[in-house]
Amino acid sequence: MTSSVGVVTPQRMRFDQPLPLQSGAQLPAYELVYETYGTLNAQRSNAVLVCHALNASHHVAGLHADDPKSLGWWDNMVGPGKPVDTDRFFVIGVNNPGSCFGSTGPMHTNPATGRPWGADFPVCTVEDWVDAQARLIEALGIRQLAAVLGGSLGGMQAQAWALRYPERLRHCVAVATAPNLSAQNIAFNEVARRAIVTDPDFHGGHFYAHGVVPKRGLRVARMIGHITYLSDDSMEAKFGRELRDAELHFSTQDIEFQIESYLRYQGDKFSEYFDANTYLLITRALDYFDPARAHGGDLARAYAAAKAIRFLLVSFTTDWRFSPARSREIVKALVDNRADVSYAEIDAPHGHDAFLLEDPRYLAVMRAYFERIAADVTPGARA
Amino acid sequence: MTTPLKNLEVIARLVPQGARVLDLGCGSGELLAYLMRERGCVGYGIELDDANVLASTQRGINVIQLNLEEGLKLFDDHSFDVVLQLETLQHLRNAEKMLRETARVGRIGIVSFPNFAHWPNRVSVLRGRMPVTKALPYEWYDTPNIRVGTYADFEVLARKNGLQILDSFGLQDGEMVRTLPNLLASVAVFKFERG
Repeated sequence: MTSSVGVVTPQRMRFDQPLPLQSGAQLPAYELVYETYGTLNAQRSNAVLVCHALNASHHVAGLHADDPKSLGWWDNMVGPGKPVDTDRFFVIGVNNPGSCFGSTGPMHTNPATGRPWGADFPVCTVEDWVDAQARLIEALGIRQLAAVLGGSLGGMQAQAWALRYPERLRHCVAVATAPNLSAQNIAFNEVARRAIVTDPDFHGGHFYAHGVVPKRGLRVARMIGHITYLSDDSMEAKFGRELRDAELHFSTQDIEFQIESYLRYQGDKFSEYFDANTYLLITRALDYFDPARAHGGDLARAYAAAKAIRFLLVSFTTDWRFSPARSREIVKALVDNRADVSYAEIDAPHGHDAFLLEDPRYLAVMRAYFERIAADVTPGARA
Repeated sequence: MTTPLKNLEVIARLVPQGARVLDLGCGSGELLAYLMRERGCVGYGIELDDANVLASTQRGINVIQLNLEEGLKLFDDHSFDVVLQLETLQHLRNAEKMLRETARVGRIGIVSFPNFAHWPNRVSVLRGRMPVTKALPYEWYDTPNIRVGTYADFEVLARKNGLQILDSFGLQDGEMVRTLPNLLASVAVFKFERG
């Protein structure tokens, strides 16, 4: 029997101590928005932190009372009786600094100027986010997480947790992710960023003062991003060469094919709610993530810090953005360290997006692994 | 084919206490779980089949989903004490390459496979039909065993690849067969190292 966690209310925590950032800058007092699902047990051993991907937020599961369409982005994964079972785990969804969903970000006031941060919001790395999250976890009275779980960019955060705070988590579950971005990945990010910063409404990132939003740039950024999330096959299956109308209009400007209509719709929707500066910041954090860099490019040496953690990695065969080969690099680094690692390569047709979708094989492996985590962290149960 | 429990126990006795083990084609992870529990071993199972990966995950062993046909690039030379290849070799297109990979990655390799020269199989072929037995439970047209070989054949292959056979025997109904194993055992077992 599975159901949703129901109505949830985001919470907010303020941190008055500045956060030192990898760039050398620091984030002055800041706030994080988060949600929790399930109950923290008496031993405080059953907490699972969920890290979000590029355009998601703290709202992982359930609904917000004021919006019946506000289902959390991983509601199929997190809930009572679901793979990450909230009857067993205390699940925390958190929103990173720099995001546009409530945590301190570019739309908030820069205390130094009294105006919105805009493009002056300091560049944050995946590691900086994890440092911010670690303070939240500490403030919640949790010394060790049962697991850190994330897909895509969230999977990078899960890795950073394992490498940065190895004693503070027992399991690391990283889905559809990579040890760093390829040149092709960075290229897509750069096209998206150029679309945004060259939008006449961008105003160097200080568009809030002008009462405008660089929607055109955001639309294009989202369109190109969206293409990379899907596989050629799934686009073919969903749209093929289907025309919007029955006949051709011989126009270079109008929508002819259904795929164009779909991408424009996705772009429009995205530009209504996402912040341009946040998009720039998050894609940069993706570009920078590269834990092997500090170890002369040797990922196995980077992962030596995380030997004691147990890992589950999952990839999808049609994901060309974060291909299985990239996950296997992480598996190899862990095997080289004789770490506990399991790896599932799911033969799913949906491309990168598969990590958010219903796939029985994927969800079954996640469920089985989280059952193992539950047995590992629940007092009295066999480890 | 899943290996009968008694066969697993006989093979488990070949694995030293506390060994670091790589189990190629680990199935549902039964043997690796047994080795961890009973012999204090650590290691990984390699499996391609989704259902087996799930079963191994449920069993709590480290399972890595890989296609063995692509080799063992993930693993360094001699990085395991024991590499197991039980009832797997006969499913692989590149069986000889896999055997060499096994010897490269492990200090010791242990291989088991159905012995086609077991006497009931010989009788069946003499009568003009391919055998269908407990060890070879498939009809010729739907068998996943794309390689069929004999106990004696493996000795030749091992010699060709410079492998030193440390021990070998047949298995029949969970019992070791050391007398005329090529004739009297349905399963062949070899323990070897790189010579």
